[in-house]
Amino acid sequence: MSFVSYLIAGISLGSIYAIMALGYTMVYGIAKMLNFAHGDVIMIGSYVVFYAINSYGLPPVVSIALSVVVCTCLGIVIEKVAYKPLRRAASLAVLITAIGVSYLLENLALLFFGSDSKSFPDALGLSTISLAGGKLQIPGTTIFTIVVCVIIMVCLMLFIKRTKAGQAMLAVSEDKDAAQLMGVNVNATISLTFAIGSGLAAIAGVLLCSQYHVLNPYTGALPGIKAFTAAVFGGIGSIPGAFVGGLLLGIIEDLSSAYISSQLANAIVFAVLIVVLLLKPTGLFGKVVREKV
Amino acid sequence: MGKEKTNKGKFLGQLSPSTKNLCETVLGLLVIYIVIMAMGSMGKLSNSFSNLLSGLCIYAIIAVGLNLCVGFLGELSLGHAGFMSVGAFVSASITHAMADSVESLYARFFIALVAGTLAAAIAGFLIGIPVLRLNGDYLAIVTLAFGEIIKGILNVFYLGKDVNGLHFSFVQDNSRELGEGKKMIINGAKGIMGTPHATTFSIGMVLLILSLVLVTFLVDSRTGRAIQAIRDNRIAAESVGINITRYKIIAFSISAGIAGIAGVLYSHYLSTTTASKFDFNMSILVLVFVVLGGLGNFRGSIVAAIILTLLPEMLRGLSNYRMLIYSILLIVMMIFNWAPAAVEWRARHLPKFLQKREE
Repeated sequence: MSFVSYLIAGISLGSIYAIMALGYTMVYGIAKMLNFAHGDVIMIGSYVVFYAINSYGLPPVVSIALSVVVCTCLGIVIEKVAYKPLRRAASLAVLITAIGVSYLLENLALLFFGSDSKSFPDALGLSTISLAGGKLQIPGTTIFTIVVCVIIMVCLMLFIKRTKAGQAMLAVSEDKDAAQLMGVNVNATISLTFAIGSGLAAIAGVLLCSQYHVLNPYTGALPGIKAFTAAVFGGIGSIPGAFVGGLLLGIIEDLSSAYISSQLANAIVFAVLIVVLLLKPTGLFGKVVREKV
Repeated sequence: MGKEKTNKGKFLGQLSPSTKNLCETVLGLLVIYIVIMAMGSMGKLSNSFSNLLSGLCIYAIIAVGLNLCVGFLGELSLGHAGFMSVGAFVSASITHAMADSVESLYARFFIALVAGTLAAAIAGFLIGIPVLRLNGDYLAIVTLAFGEIIKGILNVFYLGKDVNGLHFSFVQDNSRELGEGKKMIINGAKGIMGTPHATTFSIGMVLLILSLVLVTFLVDSRTGRAIQAIRDNRIAAESVGINITRYKIIAFSISAGIAGIAGVLYSHYLSTTTASKFDFNMSILVLVFVVLGGLGNFRGSIVAAIILTLLPEMLRGLSNYRMLIYSILLIVMMIFNWAPAAVEWRARHLPKFLQKREE
């Protein structure tokens, strides 16, 4: 039974990675850049929920909605201020800028919210479900996380397949210049991508903190890198890939911390990334793109 | 007299620009060194300042090492703190393990220095083989992953010594299994404690100059030109017959080895070495030095490392804002130097000497 409960915990953790990985994979697919600051947007979103509930006494649903709005705006602002001027610059410059933004958000949070870890309230307040005569206890948050993840995936796929804006995203990720010639507003599409990714980051933040109940300025950094790992695992740019990659990574992390060593779990997750990149650099669902001079 | 003068002018003229640059930088460092030593012998230096001097050399060395990777190879490494920790742990373990067999601290330190540097370079080589087949963002994230893996492993690594030799174990503390004359060297997350202070300003300065000479000669050599060709256009370089992986690995291993030197000095500078000191923040801090000093400009890296290490010490009141300011500097510098619009603006409005030099 313990194996099953570890597995479920892993799937739940993996669902959070999957939602975060969506932000990375969409931005990478369209703007061809690694948005290093994505994990820190998650952290900022969690602080918004924390203060909305604790200091202003807002109901959880309103706080989460507020957090989504704040993160969406933050994502758009970051893109406009830091990334847009560098759109045609070398990828090294963009990556270093993204690291700078990530660091800036962490240090701003450190100044405004303090370095102490806050204990995150159980925003969802769901009860635990017992199965198999009480042998298997599944926290309500876990189930909720998995359900939310599936809903988001389905909605996002429908959005991209069925709407004009979604089709524009696909076009821009395929060929920016050609899309522009066909009348797609490239700038608006990239902004929209950042907006969606960052809005999802807010939801991921709430789910992450509801599971671990710990919030500090560095909460988002490591999970962010792991979520990027998940995106690479599934194939960067692919939405089902982010889902599968996230789930697999969550399960690997949870099982290795349960059966091998909790201290080595991170090292194992990163080892997975390296193995995947070496054996199949395009990930599970990625496309092979030939390079030209 | 006149003849001599022209000869001298000719001699300087024959030097390549980078060698001339190197001579000037080394001369500058020597002047700084002599001035500081003179002030020290007159007793004009405060205690905290003389403590800081070795630290300055350490940061300058690692900045030079990282600049070789980022500026000349053109690949962003976020794992140099990991190589630094390899150098630090290997060297400090050797200093401890040989405490009984080699009397002189400096003889031990020298062995530890060579071993630590080699270990870091070998780590760079081994990690480079798989990693350097990747490009750009993937390479950066994988170096970060390796940095985290090295940190994770060192955090659960235990090394002890008794009359039978060295014993190590993972995850489980093995101090109880040791026999007679036991002494723990690496204590998991608590790291290595009580390393003797062998790092001095003079040693740091000598190693800084050595590293600088090494990278300058590398950059000026045939190998160096191949490396720059790879940076400027990988596919074009490959098509003229440059073995991409080989040259990338050469540059990466040397860069890692220099990071190892910094690690060796670091572990003999602070008495306690823990794996958690060499985290992502350390890699970022060094990256700030490199970016601020100018990518590919070794003298700039040294100046930036010195200024950015000294400034926070002098402006204690700003210590809370230090990292905040660094992160803003990083973003502004990148946009100012690389954004097409900013480059155009500078070409139109700034005087010539402030513009980016073409290489």
